[in-house]
Amino acid sequence: MTETGIGARVKRKEDFRFLTGQGTYTDDINRHGQAHACFLRSPHAHAKLGAINAAKAKAMPGVLAVFTHADLAADKVGGVPCGFGLTQKNGKPQIEPPHPALAAGKVRYAGDAVAMVVAETLAQARDAAEAIEVGYSELPAVVDTAGAPRAKSAVHDEAPNNVCFEWEIGDKAKTDEAFAKAANVSKLEFVNNRLIPNAMEPRAAVGEYDRATGNYTLYTTSQNPHVIRLLMGAFVLAIPEHRLRVVAPDVGGGFGSKIFHYAEEALVTWACRKVGRPVKWTAERSESFLTDAHGRDHVTKVELATDREGNFLGLRVHSIANLGAYLSTFAPMVPTWLYAPLFAGQYRTPAIHAEVIGVFTNTSPVDAYRGAGRPEATYVVERIVETAARDLKLDPAEIRRKNFIAPAQFPYTTPVVLQYDSGQYALAMDKACQLIDYKNFAKRKAEAEKRGRLRGIGFSAYIEACGVAPSAVAGAIGARAGLYEAGVIRFHPTGSVTVITGTHSHGQGHETTFAQLVSDRLGVPYDSIDVVHGDTDRIPFGMGTYGSRSIAVGGSALSKAMDKIVDKGKRIAAHLMEAAVQDIEFKNGAFRVAGTDKQKTIQEVAFAAYVPHNYPLNELEPGLEETAYYDPANFTYPAGTHIAEVEVDPQTGQVEVVDWAAVDDFGNVINPMIVEGQVHGGIAQGIGQALLEGCVYDDRSGQLVTGSYMDYCMPRADNLPSYRVDMTHTPCPHNPLGVKGCGEAGAIAAPAALMNAITNALGIKDLAMPATPERVWRAAQARGARAAE
Amino acid sequence: MPTVSMTVNGKSVGKTVEDRTLLVQFLRQDLGLTGTHVGCDTSQCGACVVDVNGHAVKACTLLAAQTEGARVTTIEGLAAADGALHPMQQAFMDNHALQCGFCTPGMVMSAVDLLKRHPNPDEQTIRRELEGNLCRCTGYHNIVKAVQQAAKAMAR
Repeated sequence: MTETGIGARVKRKEDFRFLTGQGTYTDDINRHGQAHACFLRSPHAHAKLGAINAAKAKAMPGVLAVFTHADLAADKVGGVPCGFGLTQKNGKPQIEPPHPALAAGKVRYAGDAVAMVVAETLAQARDAAEAIEVGYSELPAVVDTAGAPRAKSAVHDEAPNNVCFEWEIGDKAKTDEAFAKAANVSKLEFVNNRLIPNAMEPRAAVGEYDRATGNYTLYTTSQNPHVIRLLMGAFVLAIPEHRLRVVAPDVGGGFGSKIFHYAEEALVTWACRKVGRPVKWTAERSESFLTDAHGRDHVTKVELATDREGNFLGLRVHSIANLGAYLSTFAPMVPTWLYAPLFAGQYRTPAIHAEVIGVFTNTSPVDAYRGAGRPEATYVVERIVETAARDLKLDPAEIRRKNFIAPAQFPYTTPVVLQYDSGQYALAMDKACQLIDYKNFAKRKAEAEKRGRLRGIGFSAYIEACGVAPSAVAGAIGARAGLYEAGVIRFHPTGSVTVITGTHSHGQGHETTFAQLVSDRLGVPYDSIDVVHGDTDRIPFGMGTYGSRSIAVGGSALSKAMDKIVDKGKRIAAHLMEAAVQDIEFKNGAFRVAGTDKQKTIQEVAFAAYVPHNYPLNELEPGLEETAYYDPANFTYPAGTHIAEVEVDPQTGQVEVVDWAAVDDFGNVINPMIVEGQVHGGIAQGIGQALLEGCVYDDRSGQLVTGSYMDYCMPRADNLPSYRVDMTHTPCPHNPLGVKGCGEAGAIAAPAALMNAITNALGIKDLAMPATPERVWRAAQARGARAAE
Repeated sequence: MPTVSMTVNGKSVGKTVEDRTLLVQFLRQDLGLTGTHVGCDTSQCGACVVDVNGHAVKACTLLAAQTEGARVTTIEGLAAADGALHPMQQAFMDNHALQCGFCTPGMVMSAVDLLKRHPNPDEQTIRRELEGNLCRCTGYHNIVKAVQQAAKAMAR
């Protein structure tokens, strides 16, 4: 291993600009002559839209235009499209009502955009928005997830019972059979709490139109600029893709919420041509709370059938998933195909059946948020496995070990579609138990009891499917896009390299990791390599970054491109050294004639390719640049065990996370420092879900109650512990790098581990997330009362 | 409209601004110092923390006019004139204490201020002192390590 090669803890290329205030985020971009947009949003969750009177607003100082749905309709602007078409269990397609970019006829959630004001300054735009008069006739709001199918009101006429889809997976008959012969059936019912992603950078967009060329440019806070270009160009604005450039510059975190195509980015792109000026919009945090797609929000029943010894026989799950008011880009995929196929977990459960009902409500759209379906699945599996262990009085580590898929069983096809490629589940469990000193837990518990504190321990042996996704599989289940990735390796004449990737880095450190990968493989100094991402004009194509796909899919595309560079380089080197191509070996940045000391460095070969004075021009084109597209053969399957240890103060209901052991298997790792950082951040978001965060809408009015950082409890430095992080390394067998992806694991594993620990401490079966001091205190008091009886 | 004058990163600046202009808007829009970020509208996130007359201040809580005559240091003014990073900036880089970088300017400015008041802080003190700065990426683990490294470096 070199200091900058694969496996090295290389400091990040990105950091200098971020640490010196020189990052370029979308709101930092200001175009000449730029005007500012502000959106007037519905104060009601559900209402008929009457007359919109903007006369006064239009006359106010600095106002350039006020647009409503009528203006969009006149210009034939399309609605915001959904990128996934689910087939229901009855064979019919999901109900897919229109999603107008500005509300048409009705508003369907508090925050739904009604009008767009463009003015010289942001303050003028805001002042004018307040002067617009809108007639609303309020309608009853549908808010409750489980109650939506029985609600008296319909969010969309197309779905009178508010059901978007009913979907199932697995073998119902076989599962019923397993339950019929079970010695024990463990049951749980719970809510997977709704979350608001809260990337620290609010969404923003700047649109610019060049009259001379007819070209549009959109700067936007996106995880996938090509996807935005595709959706917005093809479905909303009918701009041919060669006339539309989408740039996602430095992006301040995404966590899924910046995957989706949002109306505002289409509207600034449309409006900039209408007003003849670049138009900028930046969300206030209050707008982010209201309008960024939220995550989770399931109501679930789960049952696990076992024999007397704790061998799993069957699993049955029923979930109702809230989709919000409109179908966001990947909304129908998240609670179905990204969720239920993970119900086998790390276990050999032979029969599984799951049903999911997706419902519309008068709330913000719900879509992928870090983990997207897999944290919800892990919560289902790991909470019910823990419950079974308690029902059967088995050690929680032991019941898991007993049911793990063994290393010799891979590839392993689960009863819910997936084929797991590799894994060493018991190894990770053993390592995690050692890290946290599981065997002495009882001593620590007894010691805590003396201090009046209840100590608990909780396991989460998670698995996830990431590295999305084989395009044929994605297409077969309903994705309206392929999920390959593109990469380019461009040598320059003097030997430096530009690496171009269709993935997007918004915190993951791709500029570092991909440079390490290329430096290691091609023997080019790390400092001579720069990575380009986030600009549709500079990148052939790309599907962006989500689903922990960047190294597994994007890195593999670069690996293929490097193969082509080496192949071409061998032919050039063979010519230069007057040897046969098959005798040329490439190693450590040099082409050698096997068995001799003759060699040409890759830099010399690159120079010859660009200054082809002595070059096989009859058979080879000049230049040294290769493009590759890589479509994965399967998902990758990171897995591992997290163990949380907590202390509960029964007097105050405070939960302190006193220790955390995480052992993850991401296959081969390029930069352990970055990977550990991803794990830390993921765990923090998972702890956030379990302890602190919960999106609340008022049941009756549909108003967002948790609409600011004063009301929505974000994890802060003093809420969180430090973590013990370790890994096992089982290379992925089907991609060229043996990598699996690490971005979501922490958020997937953590909530179940923590809730298992808290319920263990309190000696109770279940507690709702987030485990706020009030909930914990009530549970502790009830426990005290029981003990006194 | 009032004219406000102050010293920002060692340079005297004066601009005529609308009365309601916040310090953070003045820095970002009028001076083009976009390193100071805006992450919320309730003074909760800390992305806009700058140094005003020796104190860490959320630049969204002050009107530009209130800082008339002040000495303001932003993230752009933290490194030495020769470009050498401040020990806190270096420690953040060394410990991978930033990911997306958005909260980083405010976090670094708060951390520098923290060490002025607690030159040798333990983990709990660091966590308590930084509770006014939200980071969604790092889980704070490496930020704590970075502040500890910077404390050692600055004690030398």
